[in-house]
Formats: sequence, C-alpha cells, structure tokens
Amino acid sequence: MMRWLLNVGLLCGKELRSLVHDRVLLGLIVFAFSAGVLLVANGVKVEVSNATIAFIDEDNSPLSRRMRDAVQPPYFKPPVMVDRAEALAGMDRGDYIFVVDIPPNFQSDVLAARVPAVQLRVDATAMTQAGLGTEYLNEILMGEVDDMLHVPSPIDQVPFAVQSRIRFNPNSESKWFTSVMQIVTNITILSIVLVGAAVIREREHGTLEHLLVMPVTASEIAVAKIVTNGLVIFVGAIISLWLVVHVWLGVPIAGSVTLFAACSLLYLFSATALGIMLATVAPTMPQFGLLVVPVYAVAYLLSGAATPVESMPQVMQVVVRFLPTTQFVNLSQAILYRDAGLGAIALPLLTVTVTGIVFLVFALMRFRSMLARQE
Amino acid sequence: MSEAAPHNPPGIRIAGVTHRYGAVTALADVTLDLPAGTTIGLVGPDGVGKSTLLGLIAGVRRLQSGRLDVLGADIGDRHAREAFLPRVAFMPQGLGRNLYPTLSVWENIDFFARLFGMDARERDARIQRLLDATGLAPFPDRAAGHLSGGMKQKVSLCCALVHDPDLLILDEPTTGVDPLSRQQFWTLVDQLRRERPTMTVIVSTAYMEEAERFAWLVAMDDGKVLISDQTQKVLERTHTTSLEAAYISLLPEGKRQQASGFVIPPYADPGGPPAIEAEHLTRRFGSFTAVSDVSFTISRGEIFGFLGSNGCGKSTTMKMLTGLLDATSGTARLFGEQITAGDMKTRMRIGYMSQAFSLYEELTVRQNLMLQARLYRIPAAQAAQRVAQAIESFELGACADVSPASLPLGIRQRLQLAAACINNPEILILDEPTSGVDPAARDMFWRHLIRLSRQDHVTIFVSTHFMNEAARCDRISLMHRGHVLAVGTPAELVKKRNAPNLEAAFIAYLQDAEAATDAQDHATAPARQSAARTWWHALGGRLAARFGAVGGAWLPRAWAFARREGVELLRDRLRLTFALIGPLILLVVAASSISFDVEGVRFTVDDHDRTTISRDLIDSFRGSAYFHELAPVADADALDRDIRNGRVQLALDIPAGFARDLEAGRRPEVGVIIDGAVPFLAANVRAYVTGVLAGYAATLGRAMPQGAVIPITVEPRFSYNQEFRSIYAMTPGVIMLALILIPTMLTALGVVREKEVGSIVNLYASPASVGQYLMGKQAPYVALATISYFMLVAVAVVVMGVPLKGSLLALSLGGVLFVLSATGLGLLISTFVSSQVAAIFGTSIICLIPAVNFSGLLYPASTLTGISRLVGLGFPATWYQLISLGCFTKGLGGRASGRCTWRWAALAQATCWLRACC
Repeated sequence: MMRWLLNVGLLCGKELRSLVHDRVLLGLIVFAFSAGVLLVANGVKVEVSNATIAFIDEDNSPLSRRMRDAVQPPYFKPPVMVDRAEALAGMDRGDYIFVVDIPPNFQSDVLAARVPAVQLRVDATAMTQAGLGTEYLNEILMGEVDDMLHVPSPIDQVPFAVQSRIRFNPNSESKWFTSVMQIVTNITILSIVLVGAAVIREREHGTLEHLLVMPVTASEIAVAKIVTNGLVIFVGAIISLWLVVHVWLGVPIAGSVTLFAACSLLYLFSATALGIMLATVAPTMPQFGLLVVPVYAVAYLLSGAATPVESMPQVMQVVVRFLPTTQFVNLSQAILYRDAGLGAIALPLLTVTVTGIVFLVFALMRFRSMLARQE
Repeated sequence: MSEAAPHNPPGIRIAGVTHRYGAVTALADVTLDLPAGTTIGLVGPDGVGKSTLLGLIAGVRRLQSGRLDVLGADIGDRHAREAFLPRVAFMPQGLGRNLYPTLSVWENIDFFARLFGMDARERDARIQRLLDATGLAPFPDRAAGHLSGGMKQKVSLCCALVHDPDLLILDEPTTGVDPLSRQQFWTLVDQLRRERPTMTVIVSTAYMEEAERFAWLVAMDDGKVLISDQTQKVLERTHTTSLEAAYISLLPEGKRQQASGFVIPPYADPGGPPAIEAEHLTRRFGSFTAVSDVSFTISRGEIFGFLGSNGCGKSTTMKMLTGLLDATSGTARLFGEQITAGDMKTRMRIGYMSQAFSLYEELTVRQNLMLQARLYRIPAAQAAQRVAQAIESFELGACADVSPASLPLGIRQRLQLAAACINNPEILILDEPTSGVDPAARDMFWRHLIRLSRQDHVTIFVSTHFMNEAARCDRISLMHRGHVLAVGTPAELVKKRNAPNLEAAFIAYLQDAEAATDAQDHATAPARQSAARTWWHALGGRLAARFGAVGGAWLPRAWAFARREGVELLRDRLRLTFALIGPLILLVVAASSISFDVEGVRFTVDDHDRTTISRDLIDSFRGSAYFHELAPVADADALDRDIRNGRVQLALDIPAGFARDLEAGRRPEVGVIIDGAVPFLAANVRAYVTGVLAGYAATLGRAMPQGAVIPITVEPRFSYNQEFRSIYAMTPGVIMLALILIPTMLTALGVVREKEVGSIVNLYASPASVGQYLMGKQAPYVALATISYFMLVAVAVVVMGVPLKGSLLALSLGGVLFVLSATGLGLLISTFVSSQVAAIFGTSIICLIPAVNFSGLLYPASTLTGISRLVGLGFPATWYQLISLGCFTKGLGGRASGRCTWRWAALAQATCWLRACC
C-alpha cells in the first residue's frame, strides 16, 4: 500500500509537470474559470429579461400610450412602434418576441365598458421568455387600465393578503444561478477532456507502455492522472467560486464552501474516471475528441444547469438521476444556495461515488487490452 | 545530358548560415559550396546539425541568418523559394514519417504527384515505373502502415522522386532498415541517378561505410563543417583508408575516441535456469499474424541478438516477453516462471527500452531518470546518486537539465538506455536501441552492454539491424515477417550459408524467404488492386478536369489534400461513426428532454387553520396540474428543513384564524415560500401561485364587494408553436448545436494532429500554399458535416416528428454555409493550439459557451446586451439558429432567411480568410 501511494505520488509529480508544460492549455483553463464564467453570468438571463417587444398602436390614445410606457426594463426592452406588416416580418426575423396589438377606438371602448381585446402575439419558440412574459405583460397592461380607471387590480381585490417570499435568491438574479452552473459545467468538460486526453497522449507517445513494463500498475497510473488533473481543476473551480463568483459578481454563498469542496472532489473523481474510461474506448485522439463532445454536451443539457430537471419528461427524470453530472448540479444547488443538510445530499453523493467507481473499474479492466489493440 | 557539365550549373552556396533553437546553436556560421549534378554525403554524429542543414536547403526550415542559394535560387527570398520548391524533393528522417499510414502505397505516391500538379496519365505512368523500379509493384494497395521499414523507405523515396526533382535530399534514409533493403535502396538511387545524371543528391547518414559511395563528402561536427571535398580527396588529405578513420582524424583532439578495439570476453554460462524461454509464441492482430511460432532459449548473461527489418515481429515478440502483450498462443518464461500480466516481481528484474522514444518530453533528462529510478523502488537518497552515476557514465551531463524533445535522436536513445539500466536489471530487453545513433556512441553503448553481460551477468536481449552489432552478440536469431529464419552464433550462420560475412549470410536468408513470400503476393495482389483505385481515379479525374480548367494548378493541389484527407477519413471507420452518430444522439436525447414546461411543482402546506375555507384554498392548488402535493409538515422548522433540502419547492403557510379573519374582512396573510435557487423555476412558480390565488379569489367573488369588473381582455396568440411544445422549439437549436460542436472538433483535430505527428512537413516541402492545404483539409470535413446535417434533419422530421414548415432548400443552403463556417472555425482554432489536448478543450469551450448561451438556443439572441450580444453576433451559430428556427417553425423560405444567410455568410468568409492569414 505504501508502495502504491508512493508510486501515485511520483506519477502525480510527473503529471503536474506535463500539465504545466502546455501553456495554451493552462491559458484555456484560466479563461474558462474566469472570463468564461463572467461572460455567461453577466450575459445570460434565465428569467424574462430584456425581452423584445413591438407595439402596433392603432388607437394612439393617452391610454394606449400609457400602456406602452408601462412596458419597461428590466423585463422588457423599450417597445418599438411598428405597423402590422413590419411586426410580422420582425417576428419572423426573431427581432421581436412579443407584439402588442391595440385596436382602434381602444380607449373609448374601455371607457364605454365595451371590454375591448388587446391582441398579444408571442413567438412561442422563445421558450424561456414566452410563457412568463405573457403573464407579465398581461399584468402590466391590465394594471395600467385599472390604474386609469382607478379600480383596484384583481390581486388587490383578493380578500386576503399574500406574503410571498422567494428564498435563497430573493430578487431572482440570474447571475447567482448561471455563474455557479458555469463553474460546474467547466468542471465536467475539463475533467473528461483533460484526463482522457492525457491517457491517449501517453499511449500515442508510447510512454504508457513504458510505464507498464516497470513495476507500476494500471491503477497507479490512472489514479495519478485522476488526482493531478482533478486537483488542478479543483483549485481552479474553488478560486473561481471565491474570486469570480463571490467577490467579483457579489453572489452570496449560503452554505459551506468546505462541504461543497469535498463534494466536488468526489465529483471530480467520477468525471475524471469517466474521462479515462472514454479514453480506453477511443483508440486515437481525434476519435476521442468526437466521442467526448456528445458525452459532455448531453451531460450538460441534462444536468439541470441549462434547464430544470423537473421540466423533463418523466422517463428522463428517472434516467438523469443516475447521471453524476445531474446529481452534482443538484447537490451544488443544495449546498451553495440552500445550505442543505447532509441528509439532502446523501443520495446524490452516493450516485456520484458509485458511478465513479464503475467508470474506474471499467477503465482499469480495459487498460491493458487497449494497448494490445493499438498495433 | 552532356551539356550539363560545361555549363557548370549553380550548385548549393551556403554563406554564413547560423541556426538556433532557443539557446541551442545547431549551425554556427556555416559557409559551404557544393557542386550540382553529383552525389553528396553528409556525415557526422547525431546532433551536429545535419538535419537542420538539410531542412534549410530543402526550404522546409526558415532561414534565420546568412545567405543560401540552391540551384540558383535565393532561399531567403520568399518568391524565389516558392519557385524553387517544385524542383526539390525532401525525405525527412524517421521511417516513413512523411507517409500516411492508412493510405495505400499507390495513394501515398499519388498524393505527392498531385501536389506537384501532374495530370492523371503522367501520374499513372510515373508511379507504375517507380513501383516497378523499387520492387513495390506487387503491393500497390497495401496500407503504408503495414509495410516493413525497408518498404516504407522505398515508398518514401518514390514519393520524393515522383515529380522528377533536380535536387533530392535524403535525411538518414536507411536508418532502421534491414541490410537487404538497404542494399536495394542504394542500387535504386544509383539507377535513378543514371537515368537522370543532372540530379543532385544529398544524403545524410550515420553509416560511414555508406558514405563511401558518394562522390562528394561533407563531414560535420558541432554545427561546423570539418571538411567538404571529393570523397577520394578526403581520404588522401587525411591519409586514411576508411572514412570512419578519416572522420575520427578530423575531429578536434579532445573528441577523438580511442580506436574501437573491441574485446569481448568469451561467454560462459553461469548455470541456473535459462533467463528467457519462448515456446511457439504466436501473436495475431485480427487477421494479421505479427509473430508466428517463435521459439528460443536465452541463458543467463548471454547477449542474444534479434536481427530483422522493422515490422518483422521483433517488437511484438519483445512486448510479449515484457508482459505488455498477451501471446495468442505459446508460452514465454522468465527465469523459469511463466509471464503474467500483473507480476511486479518479474518487472523489477527487467529493463526495457522501446523502439520509439518513450520517455517524457515534458520532463528534463534528469527528471526522467529520477522518475524512472523512483518507480523502480530505489529510495530517494540512493536514486539521486544512481541518477548522477547514470548521467556520468552515459555522458548526459551536458544536457541533464534540458527536455529530451530538443535533443537529437542518438542522445535520446542513450538516455533511454540509461533509464533502462537504472534499476540494475537482470534482463535487459532493448528494442533497436542504437537505431539512429552514430558509430562512436554505438560503440560506447556496446561497451556498456558487454560490461553488463560479462561482469554483472545481465541477460541482454537486443534487436538490431546493424550487422557489426549482430556480430558482437553471443547468439543471434534472424527474423523475417513474423518467422524466425535461423538461430545460432554469428560464426555458425556465416558458415552455414558459406557467406563471406554475416551481412551476406543474412541477405542470403532474406532472399530465400522473400522468394517464397513474393510468389504468394504476386498471386493475390493484382486482383485486388484495381477495384478500389479505379473509383477514386474516375472521380478524381473528372473533378480535376473540371477544376483544372478553372483554377489552373491551384485547385488540383487543394484537391490533392482534400482527396487524401477524405480517404484517411473514410478508412477511419470509428471516427466516421462517431462523427455521424454523435450528433444524432445529441439531437434525440437533448431535443426530447429539454423542456421549459414547469409542471408538478412539489408543494406542502402548513395549515394552522384547518377549516373548510383553508381546505378550499389548498384544494385550488391540488386541482392544478402545475402542483403536486406532498405530505404536510409538522412545524415551521420542518418546513424550513424541507425547503432547504429541496424536498419541496413551494410551501403555503395558512395562519390560524384564517377563515375567521377572512369572514370579518380583516385580510389575513397567506405565506407563500418559494425555493429560489433556480430563478427560472421560481419565477414560474410565483406566476402560477398568483394565478391560482386569483382564481380562488374569483370563487370567493360572490362574497366580494361590487365593482370588480375586468375592463379589457388580453388575448395571447402563440405563433409558430401553438401547442407550446418544447421539442418544436428545441430541435432546430440542437441541430445548430450539433453542427457547431462536432465538425469544428473534427477539423481542429485534423490539423493539430498533423502538427503533432509531423506529417505537416509534407506541406512545407511541397509547392502547395497554406491556403491550398487548409482548403483541402476542410473540404472532406465539410462534406461529412453536410451528410451529418441531412441525417439530423431527416431524424428530426421523420423520427421525432418535428414538422419542417418552411423551405428545405433555404434550410440546407444555410446548413452548408454553417458547416463551412464551423469547419473554418476549427481551422482557426488549430492555428493557435499546439497539442491535441488543448485543441479538444479549446474547441469545447470556444464552441459550447457561446452556442448554448449566446446563440439563441436557450435564450433568444435578441434579448442579449453588451459583450454577450457582441459575442453572439460574431458567432456563426447565432445566425444559423435564426435560419434553422425560421425554416423549421416559422415556415420561412429563401427570401426571409436570405438576409440572415448572407449577412452571416460574409462572416463565414471572414473566418476563412482570417485563418488563412494565420
């Protein structure tokens, strides 16, 4: 056992030197954890935000103008006045998500209590904005009319008060969510790519073979790769979480960073083991490159970092529960936002660990046969 | 060609050329005049600057300082160099390094012929003649990767000669080649020179005896030229009879080695079980038998030589003995014990040196040795000492702290031997340890081996292709194409064949074997030869004819690259499969899973009121498909815990006395707690809650005061996707995602791999421009990605049932342009990364982040602001997303998406040009 640890240690030193050697790669890692995170955190709004909207105002009355003015940032961009043909063309181009169509004589109809209809066209392919945006517009437009008529809005007419509280992210700020999720995504891609590619590079350069002639076991080689690359990614992720997310973006971290760090170590083990496993399946680097793309893209899209797991079809919700990435996203949210207890993260942790072990065992079983096949 | 001599054509004039790699000076102020129309031998040990000098003359390396005129062309001048390139042929060092292993012999030569713009008839005639001349005619369809070393070099030579060069540069062409092939190789060169007496041939070699066949001799040492004269005069001037001696006499005093008076003490068997026993070892790879029924026994302390050309099965046999490979059948024993894969005890007793350099280029020489020593379980303190010793005895002191990457082949091999010996092994298995090593270093090497064998009784199993080394072995085994031809002491073998020396004996054995196998090959080969080739030929001919008319020599050259890349891609079935299946998996899984419909929100109630009215309120939540109720919680703490642990996403807190207060008009407060960890979910949940509560209020409306009228109605109409189904909205986007991720990765790796493997040298040595190369590289990937695009659309429409409402033509036009742009991006990425690892990661990050976030896949591009908007606008995926979405869901055709297409096609072009400049 001592021997095993010593060998792993020695190989780790070698791995670290190899990694430091590739300056472009290091630069890319730093970029991913700094600018990459900032770009996504500042650029992406997961809720309705800056939604583009156009008005077809055939009434041009004080009321219709008032309704127009009420549509404001941050939910919406300032409305654009267009005619009907341009509105449709603009929707086709993807320039407008919403088009509000106010009919002629709107104001007088309202005053005469003839209950006129405002048409609201919604580009339903903009899934993140369409549904909620419609609700918001409904509220805004109705509110303006109510306001002008000096009647209380329906929610104020409810005979009870609603005290709603959004926990963990009271103002629903996107960057709280996207910044952390980007770090998680970076961890996934880096773990799979770095470790897997490191194995294939050693194989292509013949150094793996050389190691296996020495009194070194496959498990020592694999673990050294997992430990070194995992550690580099880990350091990057934690620094990024602290400096970029917490200090720069000002995102509060509710839970224990230590606990998160411990969990990410486990996840790193699982993801890097997956990387090694994929490397034993793909004989050459170009093949490996093509193999990993769908793997990490699917893992990312199904992880809950892009779209909520709850929204997926029932079958998929069950399937993704076995994916380490999904479980890691799950437990990152639990720890960092909700400060959840160990009870809540036990199952995800177990999944992450078990999948990691399965990946590693599979990889080790294939380690020697992959050398043989190369000829 | 008699007019050549009187004209006295310009030869090679080198004036004050200095070349440095970082701090290392490879050439120090070299000034040299070489005649044209003759053969020139360039000799000297490794690392004296031979390859650098040849690279400069060939125009493969950039001239750093000084002036270089080759055949009248000033190499320092870009235009002159370009005009000169078609007249030169360069064969780089290393066995078949410039060949493409999956391409056949014919295809390899054909590729080079196309690069030099030869037309089809000329090509066929020329290739056939070269194949006939080299004896490769029976194997035009054999993949270059499956050839023996000697054959590879012949193919390389054919590639170099295909365009009738005026200057042929061969960098150590016979290193690692068996004696028969070597002999054939030189006969071939002589023959070709007789056909074209004006051709100038420059050859660098580490074999001094080979240098004697050249008319002119240049000897180099340490970046400087020792002598440059006619070979005959060199001998006269140095008063020596052999070049070996002449070379040594030319070296500065301190460097002269002692005359190699080799004394090998006779071998005496120390007894005990034999060190290595192999019985009927056989190893097959698929249908190919690499090693067939090989048996031998090696006693302890014996030096056993394994003689044979590259690819004859030596390496495979050695790998089986080290336990790296399992034997298909037969047994191998070390010290009487059968070899098992995980046996650490045996591994401790073996030192192994593989044929290719297999130490770490990222570590320095010292670090490599240290790692090796420590892994062989030598304690740290002793290891340092051992490493210091090794550095001293293998004369690695000068380069102890540099990376092996910058060292010449010979020194790297020495380093490998030092590494293999560091644990004082009982058996040394050395796979071609001295190939590429200069004579002096080889002698030193052998002194070590002899000392190890005779003093320490180390058993040495060494493979070689040098006859003088084979003669030093106690016993040798001749191997050819997986079979052992003969085993015995060198003297026995020579006697058996009645040959004057070992080399002749070996050649005799080889000729016998060759005659037997050739007969078989002749019988099987020609039948296969035409089928595969004619198809390509027909296609290539037609396309070349068409393009040739348009683009002159430009397009055929790009076509040569495209064709070669295409064939390689077609042969790589696994890569092809991944490239086509990967996007489909991505499409099916992602498009059918990603959804924004929020349903089944887990909620719980903390009902302190427990009246019919409070239950009514809760029922209005239960009645909604959006909510899914979980068991109520006991108290506020439990509620807090549940929401923290994510068990519930929504909690209602109904205060005690709710019904009473409601009746009394006191507006009681209902608490709504929402998990806001995922803002998108929280916003939806809040909207649903507001909706449900408003509905509930309406049912109470009967009890409400008058005047609650709704003054207007807002009628939402969902365009393009009335059912509001995520799959319709996501599918076009996921197609975009698949097309940006995978073709980009394919292309980027295609180029970076060539950089890493070294075959990119073909580009530098050919008259082709970078633009032609990149365009040719890109074309097959564009074709593949276009196929992938059509498969994606077909699966989307047929399997996933997503209707294509708009114009397929417009969508496809956009698709092809997008693919063009994605592959262009791949090329761009390949220009700034140097390793494949960085290429994979760089492509992933550069494509995934903007494609998912800023291209309208999840969040409409029109809502972006600031930098992310700029990133989105500058990224081709944004534009294709508009086209894909427009054509699929909005029913748009050419006109509407035309604007997007063109705006963005301009962008694609910009990408292409940008990358060409790099």
